[in-house]
Amino acid sequence: MSQATQESVREDGLIASVSGPVVTARDLDARMNDVVYVGDEGLMGEVIEIEGDITTIQVYEETSGVGPGEPVENTGEPLTVDLGPGMLDAIYDGVQRPLDVLESKMGSPFLDRGVDAPGIDMEKKWEFEPSVSEGDEVAPGDVVGTVPETVTIEHKVMVPPSFEGGEVVAAEAGEFSVTETVVELDNGEEVTMHQEWPVRRARPSTEKKTPREPLVSGQRILDGLFPIAKGGTAAIPGPFGSGKTVTQHQLAKWADADIVVYVGCGERGNEMTEVIEDFPELDDPKTGNPLMARTCLIANTSNMPVAARESCIYTGITIAEFYRDMGYDVALMADSTSRWAEAMREISSRLEEMPGEEGYPAYLAARLSEFYERAGYFTTINGDEGSVSVIGAVSPPGGDFSEPVTQNTLRIVKTFWALDADLAERRHFPAINWNESYSLYQDQLDPWFVENVKDDWPEERQWGVDVLDEEAELREIVQLVGKDALPADQQLTLEVARYLREAYLQQNAFHPTDTFCEPEKTYGILTAIHTFNDEAFKALEAGVPVEEIQDIDAAPQLNRIGVQEDWDAYIEDLKAEITEQLRELY
Amino acid sequence: MKEYQTITEISGPLVFAEVDEPIGYDEIVEIETPQGETKRGQVLESSEGLVAIQVFEGTTGIDRNASVKFLGETLKMPVTEDLLGRVLDGSGQPIDGGPEIVPDERRDIVGAAINPYSREYPEEFIQTGVSAIDGMNTLVRGQKLPIFSASGLPHNNLALQVARQATVPEEEGDEESEFAVVFGAMGITQEEANEFMQDFERTGALERSVVFTNLADDPAVERTVTPRLALTTAEYLAFDKGYHVLVILTDMTNYCEALREIGAAREEVPGRRGYPGYMYTDLAQLYERAGRIEGREGSVTQIPILTMPGDDDTHPIPDLTGYITEGQIYIDRDLNSQGIRPPINPLPSLSRLMDDGIGEGLTREDHADVSDQMYAAYAEGEDLRDLVNIVGREALSERDNKYLDFAERFEAEFVNQGFDSNRSIADTLDIGWELLSTLPKSELNRIDEELIEEYYQEDAETVEAEA
Repeated sequence: MSQATQESVREDGLIASVSGPVVTARDLDARMNDVVYVGDEGLMGEVIEIEGDITTIQVYEETSGVGPGEPVENTGEPLTVDLGPGMLDAIYDGVQRPLDVLESKMGSPFLDRGVDAPGIDMEKKWEFEPSVSEGDEVAPGDVVGTVPETVTIEHKVMVPPSFEGGEVVAAEAGEFSVTETVVELDNGEEVTMHQEWPVRRARPSTEKKTPREPLVSGQRILDGLFPIAKGGTAAIPGPFGSGKTVTQHQLAKWADADIVVYVGCGERGNEMTEVIEDFPELDDPKTGNPLMARTCLIANTSNMPVAARESCIYTGITIAEFYRDMGYDVALMADSTSRWAEAMREISSRLEEMPGEEGYPAYLAARLSEFYERAGYFTTINGDEGSVSVIGAVSPPGGDFSEPVTQNTLRIVKTFWALDADLAERRHFPAINWNESYSLYQDQLDPWFVENVKDDWPEERQWGVDVLDEEAELREIVQLVGKDALPADQQLTLEVARYLREAYLQQNAFHPTDTFCEPEKTYGILTAIHTFNDEAFKALEAGVPVEEIQDIDAAPQLNRIGVQEDWDAYIEDLKAEITEQLRELY
Repeated sequence: MKEYQTITEISGPLVFAEVDEPIGYDEIVEIETPQGETKRGQVLESSEGLVAIQVFEGTTGIDRNASVKFLGETLKMPVTEDLLGRVLDGSGQPIDGGPEIVPDERRDIVGAAINPYSREYPEEFIQTGVSAIDGMNTLVRGQKLPIFSASGLPHNNLALQVARQATVPEEEGDEESEFAVVFGAMGITQEEANEFMQDFERTGALERSVVFTNLADDPAVERTVTPRLALTTAEYLAFDKGYHVLVILTDMTNYCEALREIGAAREEVPGRRGYPGYMYTDLAQLYERAGRIEGREGSVTQIPILTMPGDDDTHPIPDLTGYITEGQIYIDRDLNSQGIRPPINPLPSLSRLMDDGIGEGLTREDHADVSDQMYAAYAEGEDLRDLVNIVGREALSERDNKYLDFAERFEAEFVNQGFDSNRSIADTLDIGWELLSTLPKSELNRIDEELIEEYYQEDAETVEAEA
């Protein structure tokens, strides 16, 4: 806890009742959201309600066997996370206990109770290099030195926001543990690499700005049609089996953020294991270093205690904000925010609160917006710029987007990637429905794409969208009368749209090359299809029957561009070939 | 251990008793009725002076004079390798007339969560011998893959077929891995139970099985314990004794009904359709007990079966299950009435762990592409069927007709194999190629060109034409 607060209150109480993760205690002198240790085993919990001398606690561990009369100890501090070097390449549970440390401490592959561990290694020595020298003035948030945290990321040691700041009186390079003082100030304040921060409070910043740079994901449908900005928010709702997790994994792997915080909230154990096993072997497309060197994982699987599921989202965003303060672009993936909302619902119902819609607590909307508001493109308190982008998966029951979590999320986020069970069933992946999805960042990001990719990026995209829109209309007619009843030009439009779907919108996440598609290639594929479109319509006008146009050998090659490593030459050749073959027909 | 005669309220499956000592949450309780009958229960809520007890065997016969004894421990399952070959009731008591079980150890039935860091990612292919599963929705060791079925469909036959045929193709020189089946029945009829038992006995599977049966007329509350006993046994066999355990749980719908019953008796705020708000967490605590652990020999693979009320997969039970499990196998009523056996509909079915369990060195290098292409082709054929109903086959192009034929043959030859045939993965893929070869090469846009060269059967089209 930060040094500025008054002496902690420590008054212990006794358990009055136990019901699942909700425990009440008598005579506990605690404040709201204080962390307490419950029972003889010292299970970690948090105060969520105070009524008279009865304090209600949500416990982050299993409560089997815990009974009334056992002691409750108050730490006098709210739920905090340990911030400092060592968070990258780590894997935590929902209250920032490192899972690898827990495994060795418990001596078992099963999660036992009552074992605690600090979020970062307090003993490990780090190589500190000061960036200030004696006599320099530093203010809260200022960087006083750096530590090579991983091969990719330079960890910046900052003056904690709670400090007053002042003149540096001592700063030395050398090996230090996170608890040792690295920089001393003239007012007696000592800066260490370790900071603590209460998870439910956003870290301070100077200003929130309008994001103008895209978070390039390497996914064609996202970059091409529905981009998200650095500092933006996005929701991925979809029924089970529609590919939420694969999309989240793809973003975690390929998004051009400096830091990725991946929160597995109430999801499958094997999925988290996949991440743990895969990421160290994958290379970061930006630096070529292992992906884990920029990743922090938080895994609170569905069978882990429900209260820790409620807190894991906050743990994740606080860690993300800390790296933002260093001036990094951070992307946070939360899979899935519905599980988080359900954890709130479960605890709320144990508290016998009056339920809102579908049993969710009335404060659901407030909590969701509070969380997404912590995303953004910020001027940090030291004047640098950093961003937190938040991408939340939503798992609506029965795939019905009208349910409260989806609806309340959509009111806040600016990018919406709607996953579609029909597309998934057809093995059209990523199964993002292009008619339903949207991005409100398009206009503010277009200048970037124009400058960095191609002048006519917005026009090309619009052409693609128009064709797909037209297809959607035509398909309704086709459902009634069959494709062959359509006039030739409309049949051709359907053919072009088919290539847009198969070659452009579909992308194979499991193919080594196709899994990542740079914006230039995304643009290239689109123009190749556009070329086919233009030449095909010219041929049609010249009287060539539509069947012959469809049958040219070169056209199906469009579907193979995605898997080409040397796509640039391939696209140029293919455009030439398509043109040639079509012009031969007339 | 203190005995109380302080029952204050009896309501549905719940008993409330006054106590003068602290009682632990989840602790086991024995209630003796004045008639001398002993019933077991579990503490659902414990506060100073009052506890709520959920009685497994039902509260019939309990009155305010019944005595309540707190055993001071949570519910445990006695585990030993000798359980193999035994038949137990829904609360773990032997009912096969065999010798008493001498446990090696007594394990808490609320299994602790496996540390995600200690898990090993499942990627060992299990050959079930069923083409629609092996080819299209491959099962791997450590996976949880439910069967989404409905009343009147042959899901039990499919479960039995999988239990009977499941093998892991071993490389030469490997030791034969030991395979065991743990079968947990919740609220199934005596007749269904007999069907399972007879099949187990007929095929000799019983000696490598542990069977837990809670029948339809057994107390509903007991159903909440049965799967936990089964999974505790499975975990012991897998992670302590090195068995590869296949757990079949049927019928999860009955389990969820029991949860709802308890929730209602406790006057909890209900979630969707009256099911408790914590049903997701509760189901996850069962399903997530599948998996592999690094450094341990065995594995727990789960095939839960659930019947969707009204064939509706948005019902909370299949819906929550689908969000937890790693895919699902759909049993289809239409296919069933067409006589397709097993009537698996591959389109909505899915195996999430498939991609890492197949391919070169695991199954065959063409597996992923073939399966992708067949999905796409079958989906297209299915779409066209709607159209045929309106405009007739003649109005469709040659290409569309090929897809229609493909869909027909896919169902008749690939899916329809009968409950007794056991196909190797090579057979399954070869049948796949035979069907795909009826489509022109240019349509096979999801298959690598080299693989098309190797496997595409040039003469398939002519064979079809002559036939």
